[in-house]
Amino acid sequence: MTVMSKNPAAAPAVQSGGKGAISIRNVTKIYDPGGVNVVAVDNCSLEIAPGEICMIVGPSGCGKTTLLNAIAGFHSITSGTIHLDGELLCGPDKPKAEQGADRIVVFQNGALFPWKTIRDNVAYGPIVQGRLSPVEARGKADHMLAEAGLHDVGDKYPGEVSSGMARRAEIVRALINDPRVLLLDEPYRAMDALTKSIMHEALLEMYDRTKVTIFFITHDLEESIFLGDRVVVMTTRPAQVKKIVDVRIPRPRNYKVLSSNEFRVLFAEAKDAVHEEAIKAFEAGERELA
Amino acid sequence: MAVASPSRSTFGGFRSSLGGALTNPTFWRGIVALIGFALFWELCSRSKQMFGVQVPWIGMVPPPSDVLGAWAKVVTEPGYWQSWYLSLNRVLAGFIAAQIVGIPFGLALAVNRYFRDIFFPPFEILRPIPPLAWVPASLIFWPTNEMSIAFVTFLGAFFTVVINVLGGARTINVQYLRAAQSMGASQWDLFWKIILPGTMPSIFTGAAVGMGITWEVVVAAEMISGGGTRKGGGLGFFIWNSYMGGSLEQIVVGMISIGIAGYLCSSAIRYLGFAAMPWRRLF
Ligand SMILES: Nc1ncnc2c1ncn2[C@@H]1O[C@H](COP(=O)(O)OP(=O)(O)O)[C@@H](O)[C@H]1O
Ligand SMILES: [Mg+2]
Repeated sequence: MTVMSKNPAAAPAVQSGGKGAISIRNVTKIYDPGGVNVVAVDNCSLEIAPGEICMIVGPSGCGKTTLLNAIAGFHSITSGTIHLDGELLCGPDKPKAEQGADRIVVFQNGALFPWKTIRDNVAYGPIVQGRLSPVEARGKADHMLAEAGLHDVGDKYPGEVSSGMARRAEIVRALINDPRVLLLDEPYRAMDALTKSIMHEALLEMYDRTKVTIFFITHDLEESIFLGDRVVVMTTRPAQVKKIVDVRIPRPRNYKVLSSNEFRVLFAEAKDAVHEEAIKAFEAGERELA
Repeated sequence: MAVASPSRSTFGGFRSSLGGALTNPTFWRGIVALIGFALFWELCSRSKQMFGVQVPWIGMVPPPSDVLGAWAKVVTEPGYWQSWYLSLNRVLAGFIAAQIVGIPFGLALAVNRYFRDIFFPPFEILRPIPPLAWVPASLIFWPTNEMSIAFVTFLGAFFTVVINVLGGARTINVQYLRAAQSMGASQWDLFWKIILPGTMPSIFTGAAVGMGITWEVVVAAEMISGGGTRKGGGLGFFIWNSYMGGSLEQIVVGMISIGIAGYLCSSAIRYLGFAAMPWRRLF
């Protein structure tokens, strides 16, 4: 979208001086250029401030995961640049970012290692990085799990706990690495509303303690406004920024804000933008592939 | 905790304790079914002498009571136990060799594309050859009968093991690999802490299937090769011998012995799988 490149979606001053500023400039991603040639992201620009919770919403298949994968270093970009705190992650001479513990992804379906206990899952990062001895790492894991309200689950295997517990533990597993950015790809999809609200509280509580930058993809508009500092509405594929809704609801937030007038206005504003794109996506016959 | 729930199916239907088995309705249904089956068989076998009507096919099989009689006699003979020992030895030798060679080979095929490019095509050409088709060649190639049988047994399990390991390692959820890599795992960590445990279920599936095949192969190989030079050349030879001697009861004894031996071996593998994969107890 040319509007966007002339006036790149500027970051709000959420936490100046902190770490975890992401700067996405004119990023294009084309899958299989010689063959199928799927343009997933087209000249997309977005600035995310350190410590911001940036919510990404958009129709299925529009290119949200593609953008996240590019930041995480799971695949290359075709053109443009992505910087993290001023350092180049990927750009023309380096199409694929290195994977690193400064950007940790929490996946849609959950990716705790089923063969490790929750404690060992959480302790994994510091151990493989050689930052802590296994004993220290497990101690820290227990401490952080307890801090997150996950008592007595350290000895259990991921298959033994609820999906909500598992997802919270997975976020703890990310945070133990002290990342600059947490990349969440629809982590609470397919959870019921009640579990989701518990997840939201737990996430916000962890956010308040760490002030880590959060790049959060979701389908759920209510979730996006409740959690986010900004809601970035993407166009249908190829993804560009269609609209940015600033959420100026003060923190800490609780569920009362859901019924406030302010919330309803923001919701309507975002809904209009999403709806327009959803119709376009539907007409284009975009299927759910994510 | 859901683990205690009785409706939950355990890994391969295996119960971890004998005490658990005794209170388990599935266990008792199994016992009742076996007894019912034996009674039915007894009745069919004796139908001619009791009612004057011969039941087709099964009427020619000796009744279980006669089989038990023959068995009781045979268990006092060292030759019978020697057969067990020899077959079990060959099965274990072939099976263990297949694991030792097959697991690393399968993992190497999975993780290294050059290795795969070089070794997968010949592997795929050799794989469809039935293990028994190797018997004549190995009898010629290996200096002793014993080695030939062990080799053919090895082949029986080897291909299955490799295919399972390869398939398991290639289908590990890519998100586990990504998660590990983004947390700083080296190639070494990825292999030992992600790929290997992630492949473990397939390794045990391969082992269970491979164990079944090894028993099939060893028995047939024993029959073909004449069971080695010593007297009592394995359970396959035991059956063959009974056939030559015209003892129908002993043939059935040999068959059931193989069934029991195979079952014990599969149980051992399930048990090992259980011990090696504590997280699988949940499923
Ligand atoms: N590896 C790939 N090869 C080709 N096309 C792909 C690939 N991955 C994703 N796509 C396509 O790119 C588009 C964007 O996908 P994705 O980023 O996963 O969307 P979402 O916004 O739902 O996360 C989709 O149309 C998808 O079909
Ligand atoms: Mg997606």
